[in-house]
Amino acid sequence: MDLDALLDCVTTSSCLVTQSTSGLIVGMLLFMVAAGLTLIFGVLKIVNFAHGTFYMLGAYLAYTVFTATGSYTLGVLAAGAGMAVFGVVFERGLISRVYGANVLMQLLICYAVVLICDDLVKIIWGADFYAMGMPPAFQVPPLFIAGGVVPPFYLLLIVVALVIGGGLGLSLGVTKLGKIVRAAAHNPDMVSALGINTTLLYSLVFAMGGALAGFAGGLAAPVRSLTPGMGFSILIESFIVTVIGGMGSIGGALIAAVVLGLIRSFGTIGFPLFTEGLMYIAMIIILVSKPSGLFGKEIV
Amino acid sequence: MGRILRDVAIAVAVVLLLALLPSVMPSKAFQDFVIRCSSMALFATSLNLLVGYTGLSSFGHGLFFGLGTYAFALLMQKTGMALPSAFVLTLIISTVTAIVVGAICIRLRLIYFAFVTLAMQMLVHSVIISWVGLTGGDQGLQGGIPRRVLFGISLESQYNLYVFAAVVLAVGLLLMRHIVNTSFGTSLRMIRDNETRAAFLGIVVWRVKLTVFVLSAIFASLGGIVMSLFVSGAYPELINWPITGDAIFAIVLGGVGSFLGPLAGTMILLLLNDVVTRQTEYYGLALGIIILAFALGLRRGLLDFITERLGGRPAGGIS
Repeated sequence: MDLDALLDCVTTSSCLVTQSTSGLIVGMLLFMVAAGLTLIFGVLKIVNFAHGTFYMLGAYLAYTVFTATGSYTLGVLAAGAGMAVFGVVFERGLISRVYGANVLMQLLICYAVVLICDDLVKIIWGADFYAMGMPPAFQVPPLFIAGGVVPPFYLLLIVVALVIGGGLGLSLGVTKLGKIVRAAAHNPDMVSALGINTTLLYSLVFAMGGALAGFAGGLAAPVRSLTPGMGFSILIESFIVTVIGGMGSIGGALIAAVVLGLIRSFGTIGFPLFTEGLMYIAMIIILVSKPSGLFGKEIV
Repeated sequence: MGRILRDVAIAVAVVLLLALLPSVMPSKAFQDFVIRCSSMALFATSLNLLVGYTGLSSFGHGLFFGLGTYAFALLMQKTGMALPSAFVLTLIISTVTAIVVGAICIRLRLIYFAFVTLAMQMLVHSVIISWVGLTGGDQGLQGGIPRRVLFGISLESQYNLYVFAAVVLAVGLLLMRHIVNTSFGTSLRMIRDNETRAAFLGIVVWRVKLTVFVLSAIFASLGGIVMSLFVSGAYPELINWPITGDAIFAIVLGGVGSFLGPLAGTMILLLLNDVVTRQTEYYGLALGIIILAFALGLRRGLLDFITERLGGRPAGGIS
């Protein structure tokens, strides 16, 4: 524990800005992964333990498309689109067979997919770390805000994540499709009885969740190193985010993700070895005092 | 009474057979396998008390397995305690921890119970990683287990440890078998099938749940002690979340509805591990495909599948 260092950092503007922005980008990546996770849980009542794998595959896909074409935008779009397709295949081929089954069966299938994909990544890309590096457009000197160092790419990442998340929240709130999705989360049998194709809807939800994780992976590729196990760690953290924010709540996921990102970046200064412990303590406190999360609906 | 005698007779016969086997087939690899299997099977069967018999899907049961390894290794390394005392004290430490953790966790249900138990395990894992002075941090507790003597028998010899592991497994399984066959075991199944009805029939649900939580924690840490003796120490991997994952796969592969399902699943998993890692470095790929075949093909564990094929009905189960 190094509370003096933490205090020093919080009271100097340069350190405060640097740590806050790095906390924010972690939070934004977490938010995009967790938003998909929470959406899938909200509608299908499935905990997608393979969601971190979507993120990992998205990052590798973005990396490959970027090195092949030189266009980072194309890489991120390919990651999103590719993972949307992967999400549908995964839902139709595997998950749809265990709807209504015990959570352990779902866990088992997801874990099998995680194991298979991790090894496929090792076979295709190798087990080594990859560093993609910044796309050429962002290889510029960093901005200095109040003495803190902020790479311009961080700002892009934060804006893009907010736009995607905001768009998702807005489309769920006001569009007809969004209403159908929310209705299906509430009562799928009734939605189905009203003549809406819930099978298609479920695939669509998985496509959206997959695309979100894929985008997150694509956005993470320049700032994170790519390894076959990178899906695991983000999975656990996005679970914490969904639980704290409330399973099924997009807004809750955003707030919880930002808080968690900040805990992570300031925690590495104050308690370098116990940052994760702090997150688990937060998770336990929330679960025990309000199991539905900060912004979730009460569990019936 | 007849049933208990029969179970004891089978257990004694199996242990005797295992004890005599090395004189015919002196294979070190086989003895290693039995020791690891004993540890993991105790752990998996204890988890199935929660999952299969009570319907409590714990994702954090590895806490007690890991606690068993760390508490035992620490007591043996840092105090001058004899093995039997450290053994008993480890189980007591696990009991007390389980009462506290259980009292917090059993208030929650379904997936929320799963998440809070996972968080508990990972919290203890974080404490172990960060408390470098006591636990060696991410390097683990190295330096071996001293004074490995139990009632004059040295567990230094691999053969003795092998017989010890087999005896511990047999005793543990017999005790757990007895637990699920008592009226307490019936209460567990009733809570699993319909918690509200169980409460209306006068079962104090939280008390039964807490009791089974603590009991299963004790057996899990028993498995942890065997593992600690096998690896001569304690390592963070033994309390990290994939260890719980392994136990979950073992019970789902073997069958949650059969008492010996977790044992069968552990054997399948360990055999797969040994065979596949020798053939290919892509262990995950092979294991993943096999898991998918089980989950989507059989749709239940191996022993449950066999029981149903023979026309019986598995005793436990998840629905």
